[in-house]
Amino acid sequence: MIKVKINGQEQSWDGDPDLPLLWFLRDEAGLTGTKFGCGQALCGACTVIVDKEAVRACITSINDVAGREITTIEGLHPNGDHPVQKAWRQVNVPQCGFCQAGQIMQAAALLMDNPKPSHDQIREAMSGNICRCGCYQRIENAVHLASTGV
Amino acid sequence: MNFIDNPEKLRGFEKNVRVEKVSRRSILKGLGITGGFVLAAPVMSRQAFAYETGADKMPHGVVVDPRVFVAVAPDGTVTILAHRAEMGTGVRTSLPLIVAEEMEADWSRVKVQQAHGDEVKFGNQDTDGSRSTRHYLIPMRQIGASARTMLEQAAAKRWGVPATEVKAVNHEVVHSATSRKLGFGELAADAAKESVPSIEGLKLKDPKDFRYLGKGQISIVDLHDITTGKARYGADVRLPGMKYAVIARPPVTGGKLVSFDPDAALKVPGVEKVMQVRGWPWPSKFQPLGGVAVIARNTGAAIKGRDALKLTWDDGANGKYDSVAYRKELEEASRKPGLVVRQEGDADAALKGADKIVVGEYYLPHLAHVSMEPPVAVADVKGDKAEIWAPVQSPGGTREDVAKTLGIPEGNVTVNVTLLGGGFGRKSKCDFALEAALLSKELGAPVKVQWTREDDVRHDFLHTVSVERIEAGLDKSGKVIAWRHRSVAPSIASTFAAGAKHEAPFELGMGLVDMPFEIANISCENPEAAAFTRIGWFRSVSNIPRAFAVQSMVGEIAHATGRDQKETLLALIGTPRIVKPAVKDMWNYGEPFDSYPIDTARLRKVVELVAEKGEWGRQVPKGHGLGIAVHRSFVSYIATIVEVAVDDKGKLTVPRVDTAIDCGTYVNPERIASQIEGAAIMGLSLAKYGEITFKDGKVQQKNFDDFQVLRMDESPLVTNVYIVPPGPDTPPSGAGEPGVPPFAPALMNAIFAATGKRIRNLPLGKQLEA
Repeated sequence: MIKVKINGQEQSWDGDPDLPLLWFLRDEAGLTGTKFGCGQALCGACTVIVDKEAVRACITSINDVAGREITTIEGLHPNGDHPVQKAWRQVNVPQCGFCQAGQIMQAAALLMDNPKPSHDQIREAMSGNICRCGCYQRIENAVHLASTGV
Repeated sequence: MNFIDNPEKLRGFEKNVRVEKVSRRSILKGLGITGGFVLAAPVMSRQAFAYETGADKMPHGVVVDPRVFVAVAPDGTVTILAHRAEMGTGVRTSLPLIVAEEMEADWSRVKVQQAHGDEVKFGNQDTDGSRSTRHYLIPMRQIGASARTMLEQAAAKRWGVPATEVKAVNHEVVHSATSRKLGFGELAADAAKESVPSIEGLKLKDPKDFRYLGKGQISIVDLHDITTGKARYGADVRLPGMKYAVIARPPVTGGKLVSFDPDAALKVPGVEKVMQVRGWPWPSKFQPLGGVAVIARNTGAAIKGRDALKLTWDDGANGKYDSVAYRKELEEASRKPGLVVRQEGDADAALKGADKIVVGEYYLPHLAHVSMEPPVAVADVKGDKAEIWAPVQSPGGTREDVAKTLGIPEGNVTVNVTLLGGGFGRKSKCDFALEAALLSKELGAPVKVQWTREDDVRHDFLHTVSVERIEAGLDKSGKVIAWRHRSVAPSIASTFAAGAKHEAPFELGMGLVDMPFEIANISCENPEAAAFTRIGWFRSVSNIPRAFAVQSMVGEIAHATGRDQKETLLALIGTPRIVKPAVKDMWNYGEPFDSYPIDTARLRKVVELVAEKGEWGRQVPKGHGLGIAVHRSFVSYIATIVEVAVDDKGKLTVPRVDTAIDCGTYVNPERIASQIEGAAIMGLSLAKYGEITFKDGKVQQKNFDDFQVLRMDESPLVTNVYIVPPGPDTPPSGAGEPGVPPFAPALMNAIFAATGKRIRNLPLGKQLEA
């Protein structure tokens, strides 16, 4: 039996310990905010925060995070008002929106690590997250806005 | 217009408008909607148009009926149906916003509800071709005006005053003579009893009184849900008892399953079943490819199970497809005469007599869509009834195809349209929904079919592959007197029927035969090309290779004559005029020429605007270069300037992009800007990396590692967007697709300016490093 804490709630799993965290979250725990984009840690759509680090849930097994604290987009802020989320709305970042949960989690993790990133640091830190609609300019601006006070 | 340079301007943008499920009860109490949306609403004639569009010629045309699209609840909540699919363009917000504007509804009290697939009821729902705003601006205004008129009539009756004395203002109807007011909610029941006014008699608002349209102050309705993980895409649908499936499909288009061994797959924890999926012979429009499905309790188990399958395939006739060899065939075909599809003057003679001939042969490979959400669908088939939940651009078409595939009446199929995690044309093809329907029928349970990224890259309906060869003949003064353009590319028609060898009118009309330059001798030719894989629409379609070739050639002519790119471009466009190409069956994006001519004044205008705002001719540092390109597509006009920097190792960066678009009358300039910003990213993506190759009939790429798309660290540092203010009667035109085509040629013209290297073969790859 593997135990994990997701958004503050204890969850357990007694199936395949190699099951990627992504599919546990989406299909078993019903937390569909975390998205499947590539399955190979190439696009960042599945980014969640494990303890204080951004992690790609698609290549992280449920066993790898046993006993750890996982935060998904649903648990980032009780009202959805994390500074990154607010900045995202002020800048009207999303087009289709599918990659945005991963982008937001990556940005939140970046700001935990580096509260005042430069534009270059933002571009570098966010480059693991693909947006096919091409919202990069707005993502960069939203992260900057979140870091300077929404 | 640049919304991003001044983020403080965007403060307060966030509106607390949310999309919620509306209960049937509140709808029933609403504006004349009876029987839960099932009513025999008369489709009214629409003669009151200020201009004609091709909307009526689309399958099922247009329905203008407030009882179908609008409901007012007693509490005043106005529900407006969005009948087109949301894939990131903002259409799910902008079409209902038009209705709200015209009916004087307060947007903060509006809820948007997604319509299911039913084109008889809602009119055409194909969300493609950059058509939604241009086909629906006037119908949505008429729907809103009808609803407003019914509310006003109800209020006038209540007060016993002539309807001419009352006026709807911001969610109320007002009788100013007596200072009486009634809220929309208070009038809902009575308004529902009013007859629907004739369209001819409707009074539309004066645009100067618009509160929302053209302002760009309203954020998309899904914004809050997207940022909190609540927005529901196709993959997010969960039903009780639902099974999870992935499918192993034939690696070669048209291939067949010979045998499979399910034993190892069945041993994977969580795998419940392995079963064959019916496939159709190629080509068969959007029918499934067939293969073997692994059914499991979660997607992870299904994928692991599929990896364990032992499969034997018969690759069939396309097993020889090799993109390197095929490219040579296309190039050779482009060097010989082909079917003449436009002829003016005598291009052969003029080329023979030319002082100088500039030749360019341009190659653009297959491209995959790779929307961030791979194809996915949920189906629940019970007996002769089917319910589908899927991210489809064509809900009506999906309904038809599901009915046909299952052999049940269309009326028994419900297609629920989720948000689309990107579409770009891929999700106009509903094969993934058909797979889910077939599996659910056989399993007797709801099932979700999830495509992996590898499935998406390997089994896409790809953008075609093409060689575009242009020969421009110049006289002694440097004036272009002859133009021969041969376009060789497999047609999308090949996906619908075997044997298509020439491009269809809708493909020829995308930048080949509609070429707007003022040249005396023009020949456009279309040599034969066969398809060996599934070809489909990709955002901007044939405009991508055409604009790349034509606008690169402008740069080549500028160089050959020692003139400025922009001046060369304007000289080629020539005098302000309406271009009427000598072409049989000329296709104009489905639009009548009277409303949507090829207008070189507008083409010149976007060039001049982008040159002014984008500071064409500015001094740039060493190693930098500027390039310009213009293109008309989806009946819009768009010009782009790209600045590049190439370092001594050949590393490319893009410091700045400027784009000017004239898309006529617009609804939401903020979303137009976002489309154009995104188009620059997609344009740079395809120019730098975009290439799907084939060997032994199989796609050689699989995921974002070998089919790369642009990432943030290489994206343009700034993209500025300028929107041409529309004239009073300028019809709306496309905004979703036009941004892509001019990007690659502007980029290559800029690279030439910076380095002297002319890139004619896409993608750029490592060509600058040599």
